[in-house]
Amino acid sequence: MAKIVLKGNGAVALAIKMARVDVVAAYPITPSTFIPEKISEYVANGEMDAEFIPVESEHSAMSACIGASAAGLRAATATSSQGLELMHEMLFIASGMRLPIVMGVANRALSAPINIWCDHQDTISARDTGWIQFYAENNQEAFDLMLIAFRVAEDERVLLPAMVGLDAFILTHTFEPVDVPEQREVDDFLPPYRPKHAYLDPERPITQGSFVYPEYYMEFKYGQWIAMESARDVIDEVFADFASRFGRKYEKVSTFMCDDAEIVLITMGSLSGTVRHVVRELRNEGIKVGVAKITVFRPFPHKEIIRAVKNAKVVGVLEKNVSFGFGGAVYGEVLATVHGEGLDTKVLDFIVGLGGRDVRVEDVKEVVKICSDALQGKAVDKINWINVDKEAVKNA
Amino acid sequence: MYEVRFHGRGGQGAVTAASILAIAAFKDGYDVQSFPHFGVERRGAPVMAFTRLDDKKIEIKTQVYSPDCVIVLDTNLLATVDVCKGIKKGGTIILNSVKDPADFADMAKRIGGGRIATVDATSIALRHGLGSKTAPIVNTAILGAYAKVVGNVSLESIVDTVRAEAPAKKEENAKAVEDAYNEVKEEVFG
Amino acid sequence: MPENFEELELFAPGHRGCAGCGASQIVRWILKIAGPNTICVSATGCLEVFSTPYPETAWRVPWVHAAFENAAAVASGVEAAMKKMGKDVNIIAFAGDGGTFDIGFQALSGMVERGHNVLFVNYDNEAYMNTGIQRCSSTPYGAWTTTSPPGKLTIGKEQRKKPIAAIIAAHGAPYVATATIAFLEDLKRKVKKALSIKGPKFLHILQPCTTGWRFDPSLTVTISKLAVETGVFVLWEVEDGDFDNKFRITYKPKKRKPVIEYLKLQGRFRHIINKPEIIEAIQREVDEKCAKYGF
Ligand SMILES: Cc1ncc(C[n+]2csc(CCOP(=O)(O)OP(=O)(O)O)c2C)c(N)n1
Ligand SMILES: [Mg+2]
Repeated sequence: MAKIVLKGNGAVALAIKMARVDVVAAYPITPSTFIPEKISEYVANGEMDAEFIPVESEHSAMSACIGASAAGLRAATATSSQGLELMHEMLFIASGMRLPIVMGVANRALSAPINIWCDHQDTISARDTGWIQFYAENNQEAFDLMLIAFRVAEDERVLLPAMVGLDAFILTHTFEPVDVPEQREVDDFLPPYRPKHAYLDPERPITQGSFVYPEYYMEFKYGQWIAMESARDVIDEVFADFASRFGRKYEKVSTFMCDDAEIVLITMGSLSGTVRHVVRELRNEGIKVGVAKITVFRPFPHKEIIRAVKNAKVVGVLEKNVSFGFGGAVYGEVLATVHGEGLDTKVLDFIVGLGGRDVRVEDVKEVVKICSDALQGKAVDKINWINVDKEAVKNA
Repeated sequence: MYEVRFHGRGGQGAVTAASILAIAAFKDGYDVQSFPHFGVERRGAPVMAFTRLDDKKIEIKTQVYSPDCVIVLDTNLLATVDVCKGIKKGGTIILNSVKDPADFADMAKRIGGGRIATVDATSIALRHGLGSKTAPIVNTAILGAYAKVVGNVSLESIVDTVRAEAPAKKEENAKAVEDAYNEVKEEVFG
Repeated sequence: MPENFEELELFAPGHRGCAGCGASQIVRWILKIAGPNTICVSATGCLEVFSTPYPETAWRVPWVHAAFENAAAVASGVEAAMKKMGKDVNIIAFAGDGGTFDIGFQALSGMVERGHNVLFVNYDNEAYMNTGIQRCSSTPYGAWTTTSPPGKLTIGKEQRKKPIAAIIAAHGAPYVATATIAFLEDLKRKVKKALSIKGPKFLHILQPCTTGWRFDPSLTVTISKLAVETGVFVLWEVEDGDFDNKFRITYKPKKRKPVIEYLKLQGRFRHIINKPEIIEAIQREVDEKCAKYGF
């Protein structure tokens, strides 16, 4: 193993190469463009034995991955924001056809207004597409989770596509040390993909993507449901195997100082490190606060969330997305989970960092302040927009 | 944690310099982070890039607001960009300039006292055939000045990294780093 | 054409385009000719990004941008709305080559087939410049881009450029023409003619990009001119897709220059300049094309 300094996009491209992906079809979009660029360079120099298809749109990128995967090969792509949205139709088709395609997604805001910076609206809007979703906190996680994603997706108990989110610029363009295993070690962890269910072979003709009447449709969907449920255990197994080989331990929800915390902050992605940084500081001031980071958002980790928040009185969800007319999507799911369990924990939502608005130390402190107010029984809003110029909007 | 901010113009290699410093610091055993200012880059427009280094694992992912050190690749920027913004009191400013540190003493005053260093990275670059008179490549040389003045990353690691990362003229770039290390002038202003 | 044509500036200077960028010149001249009774639609791309950094804008006519792939479809909707309101307004869509040849192709083909009264202008810089120079089906054979890198196994882009103007003309569009800013009078005349015709019009304008093609900003016009003088880019127009009867070459170089003169000024061809077999292949192809056009 060697530690090298890579940007997040470089880590994803390297993981795709080391996973020995057979077919990569991808389209440029800021800030994931570097991934297809790097892969075309690998292929041009013979460093990667793959077909690279420089398609004319993301719709075709995902479609070509579907074709390659349906033909029985390992296929991958990368995109972001508008690109993911243009793929949206094909995302459902990839999962419905049970094709274990893996995709790196640079998490970026959606237009309008057009903006190239980080938030999670793109992948959150794809949460119902039937894809497994991982979110990386740093470049090491982006690299590792890509490899893990292939193993989980291709597992016969699962056979679902998987996406790994990494935050636009904050990870994609940031250099950090990444521990890169030997190719041999990756090969042992991730053997070649040998599908039994889907491949196009004249020797054994099968029909994929057929027209299904109401008599069967729900059974297909229930099959997907079961697959996603099975993914829970498979993910834990793969995490454990990964840890035993590479020494890095992943959890669907990783907790930090949650045991005795009165306030637990829930985070996803690169924000988690900043929040832990602040929590450490606040602990010194005697504030009992902890952090639970969601690494796997689909399947949603109900059990793990409950474990993280069971002792808390207030849960604050910090999230970079919004479902207009409701609140943050993560908030909704945490709320349902916590109250579904019969806990009377207060759950508050904090919309932060949309369109690249930096989430600063003082913003996290403000979140904790509002949670502390709630803890003391003061009336607070359920949905809170942090670091927004509300006056400017009123006056417009 | 030690934070560095680079100021340059699009095409001058500020982003590369920030990543080379990070890689060199990593060689010296630090945890590191380096990133560009998250903007739309255009040739000739002012750009910023950042490096963070720490003995401990760096978890924070915010932008850099109060750097310990600022490096200015092109002093023409001083007219339009507030390069002193947020620098910690007692911090360091390294400028690519033929002038003496004393000529920039007012900048040290503006940050409540600090160290000013100047190095003629342009002449050094041209001496080693790096870039042209109108577009000298100064981003490697300036790191030699950093090694000397700040001293938390070794000259050896910077030279090794420059040699490994430079797309061309590896030895010339390495020499430029060493020359800047030897030629940089510094002065502390209260 | 408006009477105050000379002074009329509907595309404001001071936008964030690169020095030497031809795209802003293209828009500037087209708007001078179209005048203020015009609505513009842009696809995502360099032009859209550099001309509309909120809260600033370079556009002094109404302008709308929706996405990358759909300028032609958005323009179709604007045109239908104007028709419904009984307004007679010029509707001009601007898109880069990605927004025309690749991701925007389906919407463009649909707009032309349906016969919307829109002038669609493609400023063709032969790659995706806004995202940092990736290959497009407009990128010429042999060119370096970040997704067609010359490597141990490849020479650069391996495929040829899509003949977009001929393809759109083949839809039967009432007017299709090619142009460059090096032949300004030719460009102006074609814009005027396009705007005088009802139905879908398509202008394919070659736009050398200093950053993506890797040349000095002072050479933009020189390179535009050389593209035509070498026959790499041919200036023509056709009506109703009738190549037999309504097709005209609008500028014929007296003596065609060798393609190497065009290629050697551009860093994107640096890796093939010393490969005679590739240069010859490019020359041969240009010769064949020009022979077809009768010069
Ligand atoms: C659906 C979608 N995919 C990708 C992008 C990213 N993107 C924005 S502009 C652009 C390239 C534009 O190329 P072109 O049309 O040739 O215009 P240019 O920038 O070269 O002027 C790309 C890939 C996007 N905005 N939307
Ligand atoms: Mg283009």
